[in-house]
Amino acid sequence: MEKKTVLLGETYQFASLKEVLAKANEERSGDELAGIAAANMKERMAAKVVLADVTLSEIRNYPLLSPEEDEVSRIIEEGLDESIYKAVQRWTVADLREYILSDEQSGADLLKLGTGLTSEMIAAAAKIMSNLDLIQAASKIEIITHCQTHIGAAGTLASRAQPNHPSDNLQGMRASAYEALSYGIGDAMIGINPVIDTTDNIAALLKETKEIIDQFSIPTQNCVLSHVTSQIRAIEKGAPADLIFQSLAGSQAAIESFGISVSMLDEATALINEKGTATGPNRWYLETGQGSELSSNSHFDIDQVTLESRCYGLARRYNPFLVNTVVGFIGPEYLYDSKQVMRAGLEDHFMGKMHGLPMGVDVCYTNHMKADQNDMDNLSTLLAAAGVNFVIGVPMADDCMLNYQSLSYHDIATLRSVMKLKPASAFEQWLEQIGIMQNGKLSRHAGDPAYFLTLA
Amino acid sequence: MNEVVDRLKNYTPARIGVGRTGTRPLTKEFLSFRIDHAAAVDSVYGEVAPELLESFQLFSVDTCIETKEHYLTRPDQGRLLSEAGEKMIWEKCVKQPQVQVVVSDGLSANAIEENMADVYPALMDSLEANGLSAGTPFFVKGGRVGCMDAIGELLKPDVFVLLIGERPGLVCAHSMSAYMCYRPRAGTRESERMVISNIHRRGTPPVEAAAHIGTILSKMIEQKTSGVGLVM
Repeated sequence: MEKKTVLLGETYQFASLKEVLAKANEERSGDELAGIAAANMKERMAAKVVLADVTLSEIRNYPLLSPEEDEVSRIIEEGLDESIYKAVQRWTVADLREYILSDEQSGADLLKLGTGLTSEMIAAAAKIMSNLDLIQAASKIEIITHCQTHIGAAGTLASRAQPNHPSDNLQGMRASAYEALSYGIGDAMIGINPVIDTTDNIAALLKETKEIIDQFSIPTQNCVLSHVTSQIRAIEKGAPADLIFQSLAGSQAAIESFGISVSMLDEATALINEKGTATGPNRWYLETGQGSELSSNSHFDIDQVTLESRCYGLARRYNPFLVNTVVGFIGPEYLYDSKQVMRAGLEDHFMGKMHGLPMGVDVCYTNHMKADQNDMDNLSTLLAAAGVNFVIGVPMADDCMLNYQSLSYHDIATLRSVMKLKPASAFEQWLEQIGIMQNGKLSRHAGDPAYFLTLA
Repeated sequence: MNEVVDRLKNYTPARIGVGRTGTRPLTKEFLSFRIDHAAAVDSVYGEVAPELLESFQLFSVDTCIETKEHYLTRPDQGRLLSEAGEKMIWEKCVKQPQVQVVVSDGLSANAIEENMADVYPALMDSLEANGLSAGTPFFVKGGRVGCMDAIGELLKPDVFVLLIGERPGLVCAHSMSAYMCYRPRAGTRESERMVISNIHRRGTPPVEAAAHIGTILSKMIEQKTSGVGLVM
């Protein structure tokens, strides 16, 4: 599919849809590393202009990776609602953008539309949307999911407590979890990134997190983020898991580089449905993040925004409880600075929501990236305005195991206060009951991890 | 009550029991966090002292990296050896060793400086205790984890262990990882590599990590595989 346009007196020619999609991205280092980015600002704008006129049927008829050669493409293709797609196939990407942003369309309309769109169409729309467009569109969409508890209701901001420890020390993990809970953090889940990926260690962490939840009757869910195969072994041996975790990527070769396949994810789904400890239907915690395909050299010259969208196409097969884009974790070779991280966070959140997914964002950065905590203040405020389902909290924003910075428990409490958002409803009631909150505000006990020892 | 908070703090290096004013952190804690961030950013730009490498009799080879900025934005170049580096490795190293040990600065030269004296002798002891023989160890400047594939192509070891500086965190700017793989080569999948991370005195203790590495390498040789396929 060749395309060309004349812009400011110059002719721009694009050999394929893949090239148009890549060059239409806002600037990011990962596309430059892959050698697929626009050469300059005018070429970037030419690509956006061309993309705005591409029809949705063209996008479907010229697959970047055919379903025959790629499992992720096959899942996206199979999951499409044909009747919805048929009604919109003649739209251009510009039409799609304007429909999404129109006052006439409710969030429910957008969710319905999303079932008839491929991941590539949703990515295409994002490429011709501004940051505020992405916020406006996403803020209309409400996605409520149910594991042990419900999260995602409009007017709430949930959070994952991430009490990691650099040697998986159970007492240290527990102390850090108390700190989180004392700020009203942990309604999305209590989730640990383990250091040691052995069956026994995963089982021990699952038991300990579950014990905290049971001991204080906390309306939340537990999860240990090891490779899915070691979680399966631990769960088969009887370890209590509400959620099962896996990182996803946007091409078959990339998920294979993670040591997983669609059939393995299907097996894990069956297992967690049978042996998991939750009562609700949504049992997956999935993580994504722009750039992982390029990092495993399985990107096929497709840009990182489109590949990220394809992760969501794969994710929607599994009706997850939470999807988290770990936006600033990957490093400066994919997202160079805070401007690129902010843009990616807003794109991922919007694209995930358009796929009907319960999107959260790990608002984060590493120490080799040109960003600091002020940038996280900014992005988290934008995402709270966009209606993000949940964010990640670590003590004073500093994850002492993964060696990166996310949001502090203080920050999440502040976002709730400034943006007039509440914790998930059952969790808020629990906070009021045990005395961490009083009449919707943090009480005098808030911020004191030792308070939980007086309750024990 | 303060004593109880102190006890909790003793269990973890995480910044807990820090208190608040309204929903915001106290000034001292806020500034201390920003100071640690400043130190971590600065440590990304450090270098391993040549004297340290000499003391462990490690010779040093370059990847295709020229500057720190180049290293940060071009990981592909950090996976490739310079031509001179390849030549030096070929001339100086035992071919087809059972275990190839390589050390690299990665994202924290500080990690190598702080941990080598603890980790390296313990690793050699652990290899011996497991009846494993090591080839010729050396240092790679500006290396990425994937540089083991390029080295694997040259030397064809059975198993590989790469000690490399992790990107610095705030609590610790000198944490080291050990990446291990069975027969690394061009096209090795990430899922074939195994890692023990957070190696430093307050994380995974160096001696414990070294013992664990020996066990994992033995199992790799026994089962002729590594990564998710390896049964531990």
